[in-house]
Amino acid sequence: MTEGIGLGVGLLSLAIWVPIVAGVLILMTGGDDKSADGQRTLALIGSVLGFVVTLPLWTGFDTATAAMQFVETAQWVPAFNIHYRLGVDGISMPFILLNSFTTVLVVLAGWAVIKQRVGQYMAAFLIQSGLLNGVFAALDGVLFYVFFEAMLIPLYLIIGMWGGPNRVYAAIKFFLYTLLGSLLMLVSLIFLYFQSGGSFEILAWHRVPLTMFAQTLLFIAFFFAFAVKVPMWPVHTWLPDAHVEAPTGGSVVLAAITLKVGAYGFLRFILPILPDASREYASIIVALSLVAVVYIGLVALAQSDMKKLIAYSSIAHMGFVTLGFFLFNPLGIEGGLIQMISHGFISAAMFLCVGVMYDRVHSRQIADYGGVVNTMPRFAAFFMLFAMANAGLPGTSGFVGEFMVILGAVQVNFWWAFLAATTLIFGAAYTLWMYKRVVFGVIANPQVAEMKDIDTREFVVLGLLAICVLGMGLYPLPFTEVMHTSVDNLLAHVAHSKLAY
Amino acid sequence: MDMHSLYLTVPLAPLAGALIAGLFGKTIGRVGAHSVTILGVAIALIASLLIFQDVRAGNTYNGPVYTWLTSGDLSLEIGFLIDRLTVLMMLVVTFVSLMVHIYTIGYMADDPGYQRFFSYISLFTFSMLMLVMSNNFLQLFFGWEAVGLVSYLLIGFWYTRDTAIYANLKAFLVNRVGDFGFLLGIGLIWAHFGTLDYAQVFQMAPQFANQTISLIDGHAWSLMAVICILLFIGAMGKSAQFPLHVWLPDSMEGPTPISALIHAATMVTAGIFMVTRMSPLFELSDAALSFVMVIGAITALFMGFLGIIQNDIKRVVAYSTLSQLGYMTVALGASAYSVAIFHLMTHAFFKALLFLAAGSVIIAMHHNQDIRYMGGLRKYLPITWITSLIGSLALIGTPFLSGFYSKDSIIEAVKYSELAGSGFAYFAVTLGVFVTAFYSFRMYFLVFHGKERFHNAHHTDHEADKDVPHGHGHDDHTPHETPWVVTLPLILLAIPSLLIGYFTVEALLFGNWFGHAIHIDAAHGAMQTLAEHFHGAGAMALHGMQLLPFWLAVAGVATAWLFYMKRPDIPAAIQKRFRVVNKILENNYGFDAFNAWFFAGGARLLGGKFWRWGDVAAIDGVLVNGTARLIGRIAGVVRHLQSGYIYHYAFAMIVGVLLLATWFVRA
Repeated sequence: MTEGIGLGVGLLSLAIWVPIVAGVLILMTGGDDKSADGQRTLALIGSVLGFVVTLPLWTGFDTATAAMQFVETAQWVPAFNIHYRLGVDGISMPFILLNSFTTVLVVLAGWAVIKQRVGQYMAAFLIQSGLLNGVFAALDGVLFYVFFEAMLIPLYLIIGMWGGPNRVYAAIKFFLYTLLGSLLMLVSLIFLYFQSGGSFEILAWHRVPLTMFAQTLLFIAFFFAFAVKVPMWPVHTWLPDAHVEAPTGGSVVLAAITLKVGAYGFLRFILPILPDASREYASIIVALSLVAVVYIGLVALAQSDMKKLIAYSSIAHMGFVTLGFFLFNPLGIEGGLIQMISHGFISAAMFLCVGVMYDRVHSRQIADYGGVVNTMPRFAAFFMLFAMANAGLPGTSGFVGEFMVILGAVQVNFWWAFLAATTLIFGAAYTLWMYKRVVFGVIANPQVAEMKDIDTREFVVLGLLAICVLGMGLYPLPFTEVMHTSVDNLLAHVAHSKLAY
Repeated sequence: MDMHSLYLTVPLAPLAGALIAGLFGKTIGRVGAHSVTILGVAIALIASLLIFQDVRAGNTYNGPVYTWLTSGDLSLEIGFLIDRLTVLMMLVVTFVSLMVHIYTIGYMADDPGYQRFFSYISLFTFSMLMLVMSNNFLQLFFGWEAVGLVSYLLIGFWYTRDTAIYANLKAFLVNRVGDFGFLLGIGLIWAHFGTLDYAQVFQMAPQFANQTISLIDGHAWSLMAVICILLFIGAMGKSAQFPLHVWLPDSMEGPTPISALIHAATMVTAGIFMVTRMSPLFELSDAALSFVMVIGAITALFMGFLGIIQNDIKRVVAYSTLSQLGYMTVALGASAYSVAIFHLMTHAFFKALLFLAAGSVIIAMHHNQDIRYMGGLRKYLPITWITSLIGSLALIGTPFLSGFYSKDSIIEAVKYSELAGSGFAYFAVTLGVFVTAFYSFRMYFLVFHGKERFHNAHHTDHEADKDVPHGHGHDDHTPHETPWVVTLPLILLAIPSLLIGYFTVEALLFGNWFGHAIHIDAAHGAMQTLAEHFHGAGAMALHGMQLLPFWLAVAGVATAWLFYMKRPDIPAAIQKRFRVVNKILENNYGFDAFNAWFFAGGARLLGGKFWRWGDVAAIDGVLVNGTARLIGRIAGVVRHLQSGYIYHYAFAMIVGVLLLATWFVRA
């Protein structure tokens, strides 16, 4: 059921190629900053257009079917049966919209702040956006792998070129960390190609019988590839470094979208392709997830750098995602997905808030602030909302996923839920303690005294996110309705052993 | 207007006021902000009265507003349950809220955050109404946390004060500890009942009466006991029960109007309301009820002791609130839910009155809150004086006043309870009467009678004086009565404090007012026995004068008079003699110090160690950078093989050829 808009090009192709083409166009306008204004405008047009073309994916989505929708197929490398095959279901579709939406925000956020190599900066984000859409839309193993790897390049450049003083260490650490997992995945993809009798179609792999031994090896390989991205404890230490060194926009995309790719991989590859191994090793994943919630929650408390603190809080929140997935019940998986989307909004907002302050004071240290509310009351109100969302307050999106996963966990094991629920305390503690030290109190120093409240551009960016956070918190039904059929289908796959074939 | 829209109006009118005042405060100005919020709350009150009429006619309602979320078998809805319990709470909340809104016009007159304050208290009213009107556990939790949020915002309203922003963080985190238990309780209900809808859960509950759950291998616990205790942990946080009471005294850092509204009359009673709502569950577990009763008794007595030594006028009232919340909790444990709600209602009136009167005194004292620097104020603040006296008399349980009916019923109900712990509880609530009377009248005498000590007050360095903007004029040293917006609410609250007990005790406690809203198991007969002994409100008051609690209250007042009017040397001597006891009380039994050291300090220490040893040293130091170093080192060794000398390579080649040749020859 390919739906084009009269051009003979599928919607998913548009979602991928519109931003990439826009990015390439910007690069072609030249590398000097004389045309920076034009490049910014072009980037905004490109990103908005990129978002607009994804909207029909939501409005035209059929919630009644678990089959892939908006499917496009074309031959790519016939010799190896590799196809350009795209399609989305209720699991992947929301992330394409989330990603395209975030790109608009990132372009706006970098508008006045980035002054050097503006065109390249904007182009990197646009290209990255297209590649990420490709990851979520790809239904061919090789195509997925290409997008999965290619998306690292723009992010690597963003950190390496516009990052902080220690950016080279962070960029290389980030790159090597994720590359290690990726190579293992490549081997797995080739193995599955042979097992399935010469097909790279991911949906076909869902039906390929596999022995327990094969499943175990594949599980380890895929696990490394995706766990690093999520990131799960203990392969998470690249994230705080990457965030600290990345420019604000880089952190936003990293937290909001890139982390989701790892979690998405669990649902698209590990659970349906390796159901027996998934059930067998579920308790290990659950244990690692709970470590992420409790241990990382405490570690976040000890941070003195705001970006590091939010990075650690991201890891703890992503712990809920992996925990939910391996509960194998609808609440757990849908809760995990909701948590992914919500975390996209909240982490983006939190990093943008830090960015707003960093642009004024040029410090990320909590100790360099205090009493910001006195000079930036409007900003403080937004920051309060997002801090509360980060602490999982009901009425914000942050509550929905955590609540669902905790309910899902009680059904399986009370103590899992017990440990997961500690986030209620830790999440509030590290977030609000930071907020107290940064925002409340008397004006701490002359830099804070000179801070100007947010301008219209910043207001629009934070306002859009505030609407998302509150809207999803007060009425999450549309989000879960999209997922139901696909999640049920996924659960049926997981319940069905592949050993008996 | 049909009833359903009327139900919606009740919470939405204050919400609209809050949003308008909050988002457009600058545009509409001060008058605009207080007009719109007061209008919103007044509409809510009127709508509540209309609903009250409807409910009194025998109508109840239970239905959804919209579906919040579905997942698997779970369908979560936002919806209303309107019955006699709900409507009573709605009336209390909207009435006290309206009084506080009006009062705020005077109290916050010179505060730069005027509009923000009105926005917050209307938002609070909305949240509290959503909490009490809920028909399911999800919305209950929503309201539960939302009132916690507004409480957080309001305690920290004066955000430049260090003590305020410490207190609000503490309040939020302690409440989160309670919510942690609460959420797990809700989780267990979902896991076993498969729904979070009140009506369905209550209907199914009896089937689970004997079900056990094994949380630790080899130990089977009653499922209902576990669920109820977890839910009650939530109530302990919100209703400040021992040992989660620590946040409430510090919450006095917030402006006085919200101490009255949130930290006395409404929010802190949410736990009491919740347990009453859950009576069909709690009735299934004697263990849980005993737990509730003992916790309540500890709070009632030991928090009362702390009220005795406080010198801050608001803190005296705060500890009194803690103690009274303990009384309500004891009533819950004795299965006297209607009595608990009755005391909740009377307490809402007289405690809001006492707080607002304290605020009136504070205004007159130019924001000095130390009762040692007051005295003789009855001459200058006649309305405040009389209304305070009424509030205090109601609080200590003077016959015919509202507090008498509710408190005496609690004591009697505990007497008839047969649960484990009821003996201790009876002792605690009886002795508590003396303590209550003593600290209440200690404060009353020190503030309104005796020598005028406020002339020395301005030399004391009170931080509120420095930070809080107020313009009541420091040049004028004679205190004078506060404006009508302040005194009117006092008068309007004094009336129910005097009368409401007498007129409603029969209907609420013995007239089956609550109907099906409260369920009491036949084995828990305290209310039954209480009803048998009841022969009308007048007879109850007359009979009460012959009972021990009444004479304990009289003794308390007399002792206070003796100590603080007649012989001020006695308390000083006692303080000197029992220095250790005094020290313990001054330090709140050491809870604050322990929590700060063990929980806050411990978590920070643990977090720091995890980070330094786990992330930095073990994972990054050994695994990540260690791998990089190892590769570097291997490369360093292997590098020597590529020396660049032809004869090295030739030598290696010859060795290789020899080895290969050997291999093939052998094969």
